[in-house]
Amino acid sequence: MPSYQAPLRDMRFVLYELHQGAGLSALPGLEDFTPDIIDPVLDEAAKVCEEVLAPLNRTGDEEGCHLENGVVRTPSGFKQAYDLFRDGGWTGLASDPAYGGQGLPKSVNALVEEMICASNLSFGMYPGLSHGAYLALHAHGSDELRDRFLPKIVDGTWAGTMCLTEPHCGTDLGLCRTRAVPQGDGSYRITGTKIFISAGDHDLTENIIHLVLARLPDAPKGIKGISLFVVPKIAVRDDGSLGDPNGVTCGSIEHKMGIKGSATCVLNFDDAVGWLVGEAHKGMRAMFTMMNTERLAVGIQGLGLAEASYQGAVAYARERLQGRSLSGVKHPDKSADPIIVHPDIRRMLLTMRATTEGCRALGGWVARSLDIQHHGEDEAARQEAEDLVVLLTPVVKALFTDLGFEAANLGMQVYGGHGYIRENGMEQYVRDARIAQIYEGTNGIQALDLIGRKLPAHAGRYLRRFFHPVADLIAAKVEDEQLGAFVQPLAKAFVRLQQATGQIARVGLSKPEEAAAAAADYLRLLGLVAVGYMWVRMVEVALPKVGTDADSDGFYRAKLGTARFYMERVLPQSGALFSAIMAGGASMMDFEEAAF
Amino acid sequence: MKVLVAVKRVVDYNVKIRVKADGTGVDTGNVKFTMNPFDETAVEEAVRLKEAGKATEIVVVSMGPQQAQDTIRTALAMGADRGILVGSDTELQPLAVAKLLKAIVAKEQPALIIVGKQAIDDDSNQTGQMLAALLGWPQGTFASKLAIDGERAEVTREIDGGLETIALALPAVVTVDLRLNEPRYASLPNIMKAKKKPIDALTPSDLGVDVTPRLITLKVEEPSRRKAGVKVANVAELVSKLKNEAKVI
Repeated sequence: MPSYQAPLRDMRFVLYELHQGAGLSALPGLEDFTPDIIDPVLDEAAKVCEEVLAPLNRTGDEEGCHLENGVVRTPSGFKQAYDLFRDGGWTGLASDPAYGGQGLPKSVNALVEEMICASNLSFGMYPGLSHGAYLALHAHGSDELRDRFLPKIVDGTWAGTMCLTEPHCGTDLGLCRTRAVPQGDGSYRITGTKIFISAGDHDLTENIIHLVLARLPDAPKGIKGISLFVVPKIAVRDDGSLGDPNGVTCGSIEHKMGIKGSATCVLNFDDAVGWLVGEAHKGMRAMFTMMNTERLAVGIQGLGLAEASYQGAVAYARERLQGRSLSGVKHPDKSADPIIVHPDIRRMLLTMRATTEGCRALGGWVARSLDIQHHGEDEAARQEAEDLVVLLTPVVKALFTDLGFEAANLGMQVYGGHGYIRENGMEQYVRDARIAQIYEGTNGIQALDLIGRKLPAHAGRYLRRFFHPVADLIAAKVEDEQLGAFVQPLAKAFVRLQQATGQIARVGLSKPEEAAAAAADYLRLLGLVAVGYMWVRMVEVALPKVGTDADSDGFYRAKLGTARFYMERVLPQSGALFSAIMAGGASMMDFEEAAF
Repeated sequence: MKVLVAVKRVVDYNVKIRVKADGTGVDTGNVKFTMNPFDETAVEEAVRLKEAGKATEIVVVSMGPQQAQDTIRTALAMGADRGILVGSDTELQPLAVAKLLKAIVAKEQPALIIVGKQAIDDDSNQTGQMLAALLGWPQGTFASKLAIDGERAEVTREIDGGLETIALALPAVVTVDLRLNEPRYASLPNIMKAKKKPIDALTPSDLGVDVTPRLITLKVEEPSRRKAGVKVANVAELVSKLKNEAKVI
């Protein structure tokens, strides 16, 4: 099976060279995070991921999770790996130091998340969900609840979950039926069934802290009547010790296409004791602060799997001897040439690489903006950063997971039949990547979020935060002797994006269905332009280094080569997307329903 | 008991080594460097001694370019207390390193020195032995087990055909083999704390040591490529070739 090596060189390029700006450590509160701290953190994270998590990826997939006598058992080795991960302090990587976390900047955290997802996505789900619960509780819980639950979630003694979905409600959470009855002492009794709960039950930690959406007796109907509650699996006494089980049981675990090492549970809440988090009936708002962070994290899952699949595919393409190069034998000493000589193999490898490195750069930009949003001194700069994050969150989620799945699929294709069989590990990346397009809001929902909420907000202010730097770069560099060749294709795609945006803005007001019909194509168009913008900026950084001592390993030269491929072979998709968007939605909506 | 551990910054074991085109050495541009794995084992052993209450302070020494500081930080993140960097841009050969260490020992007065038995870049396997000789201290080399009992160290060493256990009077020099222990992963909080631990900067002249290389490298080249093998028709031919051509039986 492929052996994963964290792409530290490219990560450092994104962190220190591409998004250098004034430097992370220039932001108030992040003074400590200079390269001499960040580098060893990345190095150690890479070691743990490569040596501890990656070897459990395929065995975890084969073995899966099991529900035995009401207890969920994770795959062999997960518990030991979790203990090592927890003892290493990695569960508190990005958490508030006030609760025992290490407070790492998002720019660094995003890279560590990528490594974890690339080496073992199933494993990463457990600390990932805990962090989601941490975020919601940290942002909206009372001091008492925070003090009671957060330190042990941060240090990994307890895990956490997010319980939203019910059998009859997924996307439309307004249909939620789980009930919460006040007990008069400040606590509530929660009753209902939640499904598809990732990391819902397991044997990694002594307790699990569930965040649960439920409806109070006096709740208004629909989405405005949902409240958020914190419900521990085992009761926590006032002194912090564990009491009795709290009426939360795992009814069954799902049998899934992928991420089989992650226990996806049906959870039954039966008069379980919980506490209100935030205000009554404002649960959705509380959930959304967490959900935006989670959406970025899910996007990074797609990126991580694409990278892992790329590494496997390159290794195989170099060693698999089959056929001869069409331009003449390349390795006469061997029985055949390695398949990396063939154009179609190179098409697949470079598509994977161009999207992976491009997405890493774009994710780095969003992460850096989050750091500025949270730590920046200048109010205007903070607002600008937040605007960009708000706009790009659905793009990162949907684009990265779509491209990640496509990349994983290409990686499998490079292996031919050896990719389709399980033992080489390549088909697992495809199966594992597939869920990321679905959960945390399907990619269709992300596209609706982009055109319905993000584009029209504040008269297009969010969009301008993205359009302006792209337009400025094009204007400044389109005539540039060296950079121009990369800027021109971007300029062409950008014009298409502007026209498509205008079209959606025009029809969106009068015919929302027309805008919705264009949503998925529009998100991809915007995403490809954003990645194209990143590629031009990467070329800008790489150009002066090419041919110097700094490029003795060919890193910057390869950046230019990959950028060229992206501009010539990937970004032209913008033309097809543009045509589809401009054609409108009538071909779909005029189609008689009975004829389906 | 104060323990001194020497660590070397070397090209990472995962890196495929490239020889410079002019044959003067190994190409180290844009190559990943890490702590010599044998030295990592040495640091781990020192940290375990401290955790067991046998060691009171762990001082880590590295020598070489400024970046060797990163190697010291790695050791500090594993649990060492402070570092000493002897900065030098000249190549430091084992004898020079041993002399520098001797000078540091005179300042620090450790009761135990732990070093890797060799470094994976030059595979010299000399520094520990030279240091013991210069200090006139007992040495336990190739340790696969180390036990400290009061004023004595018991060292189990790997020798041809078995294990030998020797007792040394402290202070002593111990050089370690990989089998001694499995180095830990540094925890995130300890990585953060390592930045605040002190590292003293010294130079060879501060220590009064002449580090001029005594050995001259004439040429560095890649091992010659393996030649293709031949197929033999039967066992008799194989035996005959082994006997007459390879002359191994």
